[in-house]
Amino acid sequence: MISEAAVNAAVDAALAAIAAADTTAALRRVRSEHAGESSPLSKLNALMRSVPGNQKAAAGKLVGQARGAVTKALTAREDEIGTAEAAARLLAETVDVTAAASAWKPGARHPISLLTERAADVFVAMGWEVAEGPELESEWFNFDGLNFDEDHPARAMQDTFFVEPTDAHLVLRTQTSPVQLRALLSRELPVYVVAPGRVFRTDELDATHTPVFHQIEGIAIDKGLTMANLRGTLDHFVQALFGPEAKVRLRPNYFPFTEPSAELDVWHPTFKDGARWIEWGGCGMVHANVLRSAGIDPEVYSGFAFGVGVERAVMFRNDVKDMHDMVEGDIRFSQQYGMTV
Amino acid sequence: MRVPLSWLGEFVDLAPGTTPEDVHAALVSVGLEEEDIHRFEVSGPIVVGEVLDFVGEEQTNGKTINWCQVRVAPGDELAADGGPAIHGIVCGAHNFAVGDKVVVTLPGASLPGPFPIAARKTYGHTSDGMIASARELGLGDEHDGILLLKNLGIDAPVGTDAIALLGLDDSAVEINVTPDRGYAFSIRGVAREYSHATGVPFRDPALALTVVAPVTRFPVTIDDQAPIREQTGATVFVTRVVRGVDPTRPTPAWMIARLGLVGIRSISLIVDVTNYVMFELGQPLHGYDLDKLAGGIIVRRATAGEKFTTLDAVSRTLNVEDLLITDESGPIGLAGVMGGASTEITAQTVNVLVEAANFDPVSIARSARRHKLPSEASKRFERGVDPRVAAVAAARVVQLLVDLAGGAADDLGSVYDEAPAPQPILLPTGFVSGLIGLDYTGDEVRDALVDVGASLVEADGDLQVTPPSWRPDLTDKWTLAEEVARIVGYDRIPSVLPVAPPGRGLTRTQTLRRTVAQTLAATGHTEVLTYPFVSEQANNLFGVAVMSTEADAGATVAGPGAASAVPVSVPQMKVANSLDGEAPFLRTSMLPGMLQIAHRNRSRGLVDVAIYEQGLVFRPQAGMTYGTAVLPAGATRPSDEAEAALNAGIVPQPLLVGVVLVGNDVRHQPGQPAVPAGWQSALAAVQQVALATGARIEVRQGLHPAMHPGRTAELFVTVTGAATAAASTVSVGFAGELLPAVADDYDLPAVVAVAEINLALVFLHAAEDLTVTPIRTMPAATQDLSLVVSASVPAAALRAAVAEGAGDLLESIELVDDYRGAGVEPGRKSLTFALRFRGTERTLTAAEASAARLSGVAVAADRFGATLRE
Repeated sequence: MISEAAVNAAVDAALAAIAAADTTAALRRVRSEHAGESSPLSKLNALMRSVPGNQKAAAGKLVGQARGAVTKALTAREDEIGTAEAAARLLAETVDVTAAASAWKPGARHPISLLTERAADVFVAMGWEVAEGPELESEWFNFDGLNFDEDHPARAMQDTFFVEPTDAHLVLRTQTSPVQLRALLSRELPVYVVAPGRVFRTDELDATHTPVFHQIEGIAIDKGLTMANLRGTLDHFVQALFGPEAKVRLRPNYFPFTEPSAELDVWHPTFKDGARWIEWGGCGMVHANVLRSAGIDPEVYSGFAFGVGVERAVMFRNDVKDMHDMVEGDIRFSQQYGMTV
Repeated sequence: MRVPLSWLGEFVDLAPGTTPEDVHAALVSVGLEEEDIHRFEVSGPIVVGEVLDFVGEEQTNGKTINWCQVRVAPGDELAADGGPAIHGIVCGAHNFAVGDKVVVTLPGASLPGPFPIAARKTYGHTSDGMIASARELGLGDEHDGILLLKNLGIDAPVGTDAIALLGLDDSAVEINVTPDRGYAFSIRGVAREYSHATGVPFRDPALALTVVAPVTRFPVTIDDQAPIREQTGATVFVTRVVRGVDPTRPTPAWMIARLGLVGIRSISLIVDVTNYVMFELGQPLHGYDLDKLAGGIIVRRATAGEKFTTLDAVSRTLNVEDLLITDESGPIGLAGVMGGASTEITAQTVNVLVEAANFDPVSIARSARRHKLPSEASKRFERGVDPRVAAVAAARVVQLLVDLAGGAADDLGSVYDEAPAPQPILLPTGFVSGLIGLDYTGDEVRDALVDVGASLVEADGDLQVTPPSWRPDLTDKWTLAEEVARIVGYDRIPSVLPVAPPGRGLTRTQTLRRTVAQTLAATGHTEVLTYPFVSEQANNLFGVAVMSTEADAGATVAGPGAASAVPVSVPQMKVANSLDGEAPFLRTSMLPGMLQIAHRNRSRGLVDVAIYEQGLVFRPQAGMTYGTAVLPAGATRPSDEAEAALNAGIVPQPLLVGVVLVGNDVRHQPGQPAVPAGWQSALAAVQQVALATGARIEVRQGLHPAMHPGRTAELFVTVTGAATAAASTVSVGFAGELLPAVADDYDLPAVVAVAEINLALVFLHAAEDLTVTPIRTMPAATQDLSLVVSASVPAAALRAAVAEGAGDLLESIELVDDYRGAGVEPGRKSLTFALRFRGTERTLTAAEASAARLSGVAVAADRFGATLRE
């Protein structure tokens, strides 16, 4: 007979067994024992054939609800166990994230290159272009065309590296200014270019000097350019490079290729060793003879030029105390910078 | 230039308490940059003392010392150190007598060194101070005995402060004088600039003297038969005579002190006076012993091979460009550079001929450089001396020799003056404001120019500006504009950002260079910047081109034992004046300098080093000559031919990138064995460069004298748009491992991976406007393929053969295995490729994919005798 008591007993037994199962395997056995073909409920269900017709509906409902309850409990328990087991599996996969092996090794740019690129970008953003030229250069581009007379004391003070034979007049450029001259000779006016690059002077390497160093020079030739435009350009440049509080000071000085000429000092409150003026480079209005060397009429065009040292900027900006760090190629130096300056 | 403050104060009023720092700050604002401050590093109590008594005491070491009683304060007064009026002092010198006045440094004093003075036990006495020599006080080199004040012509009361008495309380500012401002090599010139900077009135010492013209003419002839650059060697030549000079007179202490501060040693009164006036007025002067002169003076150029013995007793062979001062005996002076020994002022000189001349700057500069004799005189002449100050300076010397040396001014002398007057410069109204960008008033412009000594004439509203005689640098309206801007102040110049026309951004080359740098850094390489100075041997080893062992992509791998490259002499440039410790040749390869850097890192304990550098190398071509013998003039555009010649003379300087890897690519870590760097690492870097530039870099077996003969790749880029297949690739460098012997030469481990790529060529041939292939979205069919070939067949060549045969359906082919051993004949290898096929419009059938695969096998079999390994 399908008695309510028998059905309830079977359901109770099944639910108890389901609740007691704590692994997927145990639950599988429970499913077989309490919902399988030989389970008590299945056996009760098999008795339906012998239930009188007028009682079939009630008995069917009774057994159907019982089987439904058991199936539902099984599904719920299955989810519970599955979730728990997945969580346990993941927990077992725990690693020490601080001990990750890496196929990747650290690389780095050199701060001289990075700062040079940043500086160039400031000018490119204003519509200027970047010009380049040879490092082993004709004396004409390095000296004569830049208003260094062959007997001018300034030419002797340049500490120039000459190459053999010296009467071929080739020198390692002492400044990036020859690039300015090349730009003026090859480009249509007006010209607004910056020339970053490597330059050479016969200074022994010490804490503040190196025979091979880097400059960024700029030259602008147009109608009506003034020394006020030079100052405006320098103000913008140092603020873009060092921050909005940076300031520029011009002091009278002498360079063969500019007239008037000025020394360029820069000030910033966060410079290492405190807010102070630091001598950074030279600038001025392009000398009439330089314009003439490029076939430009100084009565029609005027312009300004400036040049700053990149090593020096890295030194005062990042508190690099010894030039050796910048030229020795010790990878620990550049790796402090990584990919940005 | 060093400027003693007491001297400066003679020509401008210095406010009481003015410090050297104040003077520096003022001078820097007008363009005289600060360099240093010089002081006599002495501090009190240092007083005048009188030797009352001394006893010589012989010591066991053979020396005799004097135990002296020295009065250092009058009567019963306390001495400056608080001690008694009479001090007992031990003194090792013997050049004094009882009653001599000396300089006593009392306990508490400090002398240069610093050398602190204290009472100390010595030779059995307590020496309560020290009697000083001139050198100990910083007053020159004299150290043969103690300083006797009578020798300086001084008789001051006992106890007088000797620091002030001797001028040791003075200090000097040192400034940097730019080449355009020779006049600032004088106290006179600096005082004028101080006046510009501060507004205090300037008293020109050149106007303070009355110049008396000589009556009796001393014969002087200027006979320059070979002017340099059309400039006569001497334009002014003034001589004056002083007779009856007392050669025993001492140079006054104040003069010794001032000369000491400007860096000049006191020699003798006559010489000191000429030096003193040179510093005061900027006019180099020379004194001759009149009695040693033979006849009059002739100024002329040297003859070829002529000899002359200068004051320093060196016999010099002269050049025909050298300007000489001569008398009937021959040369007596190398003009503006150094005098001669034969007419030198000595301790017996009583009659003096003073020369104040103006020599051509170029002539003097060349002579000084030629004979390596830079001097205070040549320094001034090179930068231009005021031609109007010569006669004044000569008169000043005469005055000082009369006042200090007891001489008598003679009416013998000469004045030759052919110096051209400064030419007026037209300064159009508004020019200065237009150039500077600041609206100067007419008064500001005029006042500034008058301030610097110019005279002005108004002409049609414009100015005719005649520069002063001491400003040869004022040559055009731009130089005048600088004077106005400078005198009014650079700080007044406003800030106006100009607007440039639209630019084109970075060039493709500039962008690619950055991308290469970023890519290499991002893939574990550290950027270095090396000096380009290398040895000839390094260039001969690394600067040669790599040689391919493959005629084309179908050739075979050259194994060890293949013909090795023969070292050659590589064309290279040599620095004529290289620095000590730097090799003199310019690099033709990036690698030698980088290998040194790699070694430096290793020697500092950094075992895994991966570095790269982008830079120019210097590669003259064999048989070419570079440079130009003649340079075009400046200040005018060279002709097209001259410009082309200059450019043709430039040595090719291509941009290269070098990579050096030593140690491990991946270090040993938990669960991660170390991966040593080797030839594959170098080729990986090459592929990163290829990726960064968009170039297709092809790898072939290569040979290079610096490289491992079996582990070197020659690198090629495909030339886009090449007309013929033969010209379709160009060699751009090499990669692989160094010869172990070469690595050893650089003190590096046996395996050093390197790559060097000519980026200029890569950039030139990197595809710019890529045409992309449409992406196929049908399902892929993947198959593996194992082929057995001779071990000498390059994998890349086999891969290319399969790809060629498989045709368009093959989307991808990757080498996944290289097997040699059991099942494969010796001398052969089995290469396994993973193939991915894909149709364009429909899913491929297995049969279609297999057919394509077999077509690939057929080409490989045909080309390399490849057999399928199933």
